[in-house]
This record gives sequence, structure tokens and C-alpha cells, in this order.
Amino acid sequence: MSMRGQPTVTRRGHEATDGPTLEPMGIFDRLSRRGATVEPLVADLREALSDERVRVDGAQRALMAKDASVFGGGVAGPTCFPVSTAEVQAIMRVATRHDSAVVPRGAGTGLAGGAIPLGAPIVVSTGKMNRILDVDEANRVAWVEPGVINLDLSKHLQSRGFHFAPDPSSQAVCTLGGNVANNSGGPHCLAYGVTDAHILAVEVVLPDGEVVMLGGLDPEPAGYDLRGAFVGGEGTLGIATRIAVRLTKNPPAVRTLLLSFGEVRDAAETVSAIIAAGIVPAALEVMDQRITVAVENFVGAGYPTDAAAVLLAEIEGLEAGVDIDAAAIERIGRANGATEVRRAGSDHERELLWKGRKTAFGAIAQLAPDYYLHDTVVPRAALADVLEEVYEIADRHDVVVMNVFHAGDGNLHPLLLFDAREEGTLERVHAAGAEILRASLAAGGVLSGEHGVGVEKQRFMDELFSDADLEHQNRLRRSFDPVCRANPGKVLPMGHSCADIQALRAVPAEVWG
Amino acid sequence: MSALTITDPVLHDFAEDVGVEGPVSIAGGRTRWSVGGAVDDSARLLAAPSGIVAYAASEMTVQVRAGTTTAELAEELTRHGQRTALPERGGTVGGAVAVGENPVDLMARGRLRDAVLQVRYVSAEGELVTGGGPVVKNVTGYNLPKLMTGSLGTLGLLVEFVLRTNPVPAASLWLAAEGSDPLAAFDAIYRPAGVLWDGATTWVHLEGHGPDLEHEAAVLHDLSGFVEVEGAPALPPHRWSIPASEASTVPAGAGASVMAIGSGLAWGEHPQPGRPIEPGVAALSARVKHNFDPSGRLNPGRTVGH
Repeated sequence: MSMRGQPTVTRRGHEATDGPTLEPMGIFDRLSRRGATVEPLVADLREALSDERVRVDGAQRALMAKDASVFGGGVAGPTCFPVSTAEVQAIMRVATRHDSAVVPRGAGTGLAGGAIPLGAPIVVSTGKMNRILDVDEANRVAWVEPGVINLDLSKHLQSRGFHFAPDPSSQAVCTLGGNVANNSGGPHCLAYGVTDAHILAVEVVLPDGEVVMLGGLDPEPAGYDLRGAFVGGEGTLGIATRIAVRLTKNPPAVRTLLLSFGEVRDAAETVSAIIAAGIVPAALEVMDQRITVAVENFVGAGYPTDAAAVLLAEIEGLEAGVDIDAAAIERIGRANGATEVRRAGSDHERELLWKGRKTAFGAIAQLAPDYYLHDTVVPRAALADVLEEVYEIADRHDVVVMNVFHAGDGNLHPLLLFDAREEGTLERVHAAGAEILRASLAAGGVLSGEHGVGVEKQRFMDELFSDADLEHQNRLRRSFDPVCRANPGKVLPMGHSCADIQALRAVPAEVWG
Repeated sequence: MSALTITDPVLHDFAEDVGVEGPVSIAGGRTRWSVGGAVDDSARLLAAPSGIVAYAASEMTVQVRAGTTTAELAEELTRHGQRTALPERGGTVGGAVAVGENPVDLMARGRLRDAVLQVRYVSAEGELVTGGGPVVKNVTGYNLPKLMTGSLGTLGLLVEFVLRTNPVPAASLWLAAEGSDPLAAFDAIYRPAGVLWDGATTWVHLEGHGPDLEHEAAVLHDLSGFVEVEGAPALPPHRWSIPASEASTVPAGAGASVMAIGSGLAWGEHPQPGRPIEPGVAALSARVKHNFDPSGRLNPGRTVGH
């Protein structure tokens, strides 16, 4: 087992008791059994919220110790369920008094380990702050609480003719607070931009308990763009308590095309050619044959299982324009080797095609007990070469890889399948993963397009950024959180103050172990 | 060597010129020179390096040095059927990013702050720093490009950017009508490139494919008699930023003005009064300034937010 506070990799889906650091629940098991509140931190939190909304039982702490990533090693302190900004502020003040760290948590769907609690912090769940506060259609803005689920907001807006544009694969469960923390993307971000393009203002409880409103409803708010700095801060800059999101008008017309290719390279080159032709589709998604077969078995969407790759292209806009662009995409696809081009003939068919894409990660559960979903971005021109390298790397490490990705953005998502019960498998998966990251960097790319750094990519940060670059990121971090109270141990590599295990000093191990 | 390793000797030479002490500022085209107040006379004025470093239309990115004029960049992008979210009213790329000035038609071109994918600047310590990355989608680390856009060079002297570009739509059409309700026009169109209103006349800018524009022009004609005009109205000299919800009333004190419906940009005969920053945000901003420029040598005298 690893040092306390350092993330370890565990098998997905294991029961919490499998995590070596989670077994001794110690004082909190005894506390919750007796219903006593002698521990001063918990007593103060309960005073600020209520007995029921501060949980310290072993089951709760085990649940909070993990997120959707493959990383373990988390140790949760008490979980708080605030219902208001004032309560979040009260939690932050209690944390300050007890010198405890604080980790905000939405639905826990993050894949980079950003919500894993290191050093037994207070976990602040936004689950009970899930109200849509106001929808102002005329001015295309809605105020929401951070626990509102992404898809719930778009469903709420549907009848009024609007939606929230970022649509991560986890949109049926992930929260807007989590989207803000991760600056989340999704297939439709090619044309509309990722989350920060859709956040106008955020009310934030800073790590010192101060409540500030960052950004504003005007196009160029006065002062530094602290809203822009906060979005994507992975919970290390404070806790969002109210969010003003931009509403996007639903398109009058949509065309969805499915193009099949005999070579993955042809699909990648088609993507570049579409962009070069001056067309920016709403989405351009590629799936390789392995994942296409898995998805087809899972949902029966009618994907061609004999194609080396399929390209899902979607165009949104007005009636005439979508047909013009669809025809151009079909032409470009055929010129680049498309063997078949199909247009979704109905809303039902379109939904089925998207269902296949969006449930791709569920579909692979039938193939292997565990998977590790990577996330890197490369220049579009390098897509085909880097993909080839990804296959070679996986072969070399004897790992099965599937590719399903946001091709329009150059955002790769290699999916490594494995069975963690097999001796030595995890090591091979991680070795392959590291090589994939390095191949992406060597091609002029970056470490993450939408999952974030969390605990997953900290150790690679200095392969992308210089010491001075990282020091400046740290300056931003410390401006918001001089004492490293918010989600310590994330984003910046070890050796930078708030990432250092030293920063996780707050709670003695024997209490929270 | 990572994608972010800086090999450009021009940038290193500039960093050397900035040095490690003494008040310092960059003068570009002085198009936006008065924003944020006058720079102290004590500051050395440097010229930022200029030139387009790399441009690949199929990547939808352009790497450009700060001293390049927006006109030169626009000309190069236009040659490849593209454009970016920079305003096209003169001056340098660096000046526009330092101010964070959006284009008039931001609903079509996007917001400048969203187009700055990577920023390079010289720190108060005279070091070259890179924030963000050179690709269109990136969440690796903290978002320094956002912090630097609109910072007036008070946190670092801006020297180079990677900007996102976009294709220029196939067709463009300006329409106008007097006495019509600007909000009704805004609502009638799926995604107008811009809707401007001066209190009496409404202008609508449409972009897209020709047949769609004809259809939308007909909708606007039926709505309240919109007819085709040559282009945008002349804009008064002073830029305002107001909540979109207030853009359908003439802002008090602006004088003769033009408002952008939907975005909240406005142009007035008189300058916008100072917009107070709440104390908590001011304190946070002061910490940012202190952490990035402890001695206050970068653009002394200038303050962000007025």
C-alpha cells in the first residue's frame, strides 16, 4: 500500500473494504454506532448544519473515498450536505477553525481522481443544492445551484426551446458544479465550446469563507477574469454555490451522418478535411471497429460492424444550410475513402446513433471487468499517426485498446481494457497509459482535453510545462487559497506547495485512518 | 521537449529587455492606451515582438506575436477563409487581448476570452511563461490564458498567443428597420450574428448559407419591415459593457448610443462610469496582483476594472 494521501490504483468496482486504507474506520464507526458527537470537528459541523446532514459512518466514508476513476487511496472525513451558500460558508469556517482540508463533490463521475479525498478532508456534497433558481429566456441565462444534474437542466429548458450546450457522456448523472470544476466538454463542444464558454458568473465560497461573485451578466465584467480562472480549478479554488449559465437556442434543423471507413486513418483525415473546408459541425465523433462491435452488441444501433472506423457527424442550424453541409461532408468523406454514408432518417434513428456513442463506456463492461479511459488532445493533423502509435503501444504492453473520441477537437479517448485480478496487469496498463500521454505530447498535444489533471496526471505536468509555468499556476492557486485548504494534493505536481503531502497535515492519521 | 518549450529567440530577447527590475510597460498601437488609466511616467516603454509564427487553417489555430496588428492578422486569416474573435478596429493583437476587447459581432465570432488558447508573457521576474496550450481543447492545469486576457499587462507582459480561428460563413447580410422592437427581431432569428439598436433603428446582421439568409430576411421583413442595408451603423466612441437584460434601454448617461442586443456590448457618446468591484473580489484581485507582480513593476498606474 502507498503512503497515506498518495493515490493508489485499485480495481474499479471493488467493494470499499478492498481498499487497504479504508478498513480501519476507527473512531467514526464507534461514534456513529453510539450516536455520540464528542469529536469537536464533527460537533461543530453538526452545529452549523444539522445532525443528519453531517455523516461520519463507515459506509458513507467508504462511498466518498472513491470516484469514477481507477484511483484509490482516498480517505474521507465527515461528509456534509449543505443546502445553502450560508451553510457552505459555515463549513468553510469550521474547517478553518480546525485547520481541516475541504473537498467539494458533485456526482463523483470524474475520471482523473479529482474528487478523491486526500488527508481525510471534510467532503462537501452538493447533492442537496440542486435547485434551478431562475430561468431568464429573454436574456438567455439561468441561475442554478451546483448540484443540478446537467441533463436535468437541458430537459427543463427543452420545452422553452433552449439547452445547456456542454454534454459530457456522464450528463445523465454529472452535476453542473462538477462541470464547472472540470471545465467539462462533450461531443457537442466542437461548435459551441466547453463549459467555460457557457458560464457567465459563479458565486463562490472561497477557502477562507469569504463569499464572492465572480464574473457577471455583462459581456466584459470589470476586473480580472476570475470567473474564467475559477472554472476548471478542479475544486482547488473554492466551492461554487450558485452558477449563471448561458442558454443555447435549440437548432431548428439537425442532420446526423454515419460514415464508414476501411481504415482508421481515412476517418481521421476526413475530419481534418471537413474542418479545412470551412465546416464546423456540431459534433465529429470517431469509433474504431472494436468499440463499434461492442456498442452494436449492447444497443443495436445499426452501426456497421465490418468497418475499421465509423465517423458520426452532426450538423445543426437552419434547414437549407444543414443540407448543404451534410452534402459537403458526404462528398469529403467519399473522397477520403468512406465506404458507406448513411443519414439518420428520423429522430428515432438519430437518438439511437447517439445512444450508441454515449453508452460506449457501458458497453465495454461485457468485454472486461475493468477499463481505464484516457484523455489527451493532439493537433488534428497528428490524429492518424498518434492513433497508430496508440495501437502499437497497447500491443507492446499486451493490453486491449479501443478508441472512441472527439475527433473534431483532436481529443483522443483510448480505452484500455483489463482484468485487475490478473497479476501485473495494472502495471502494464499504467505503462501503456504513460506512453500514450508521451506520444500525445510529442505530437504537440496536451495532457487532458476534458477530464482534468486530478491525481491522474500530476506527475506528467512537468513534461508539458516548465518550472516557471507551474510556479505561475501555483500563484493563481495560492491567490484563491493561500493555505491549501481546498482539495489539496491535486493538479500541480509534488513539490508545488498545495500538491505537497506536507499540505495534507491537517488531520492526524490515527483519528481518520 | 514539450509542445510548450519556447525556442523562439525573439521572445527570449524581449524577456531580456524586460529584465528583472524597474517599472515597465508595452506600447502597441495606442488604440486602447487610455483603458485602465495612464501608465506612470517612470515606466520604460517597450514594443512587443510582432509577426505571425504559425498558422494552419485545418487546426483552426494561429500562433501570433503580440505586436502584430489586428489588420495584418485579419488579412492573413481572410486569405484562408477564416477569422478570429478579435475586434477589427485597429491596434495590435496584444493590445486587444490585454484589454479583453470583444468584437462587435461576438455572437458570431465568439468571445475573445474563449479564443485565447495559449498565452505567453514575461513575468515580473523577467521569465518567459506559457499558460494554456496550442490545441483547440485543453484542461491541463490552471487557466492562465483567462487570467491574462483583460489583465492590461498588470500580471505579465503579453508577448504571444495561440488564438482559435473559425471559418467565415458563406454569406452575410445586413438589414435594418426603424421603430421595430429589437428584442422581437432578436427572438425571431435562430442565431443572429448581431442585433444593434440605437433607440430608434434596429440593425440585424445575418450570416450563414445564402438560402437560409433569404428565408430569415423574409421573416424579418414580415415582422416589421426590415430591408437590406449596406452594413453596420457608425458606432459612438466609448465602449460600454452592460447586462444583456439592459441592452434594450438606452443606458443613462451614455448620450447617443448603440446597443448590441443579446450580448450587452454598447457604444456611447460618453464613457461608461466606473463599475465598482465588490470588496471580496477586490481583495482576491489584490492577492492575484501581489502574487504575480509583488513589486508592482508591470504597467504601474494601470488598474483593471474601473
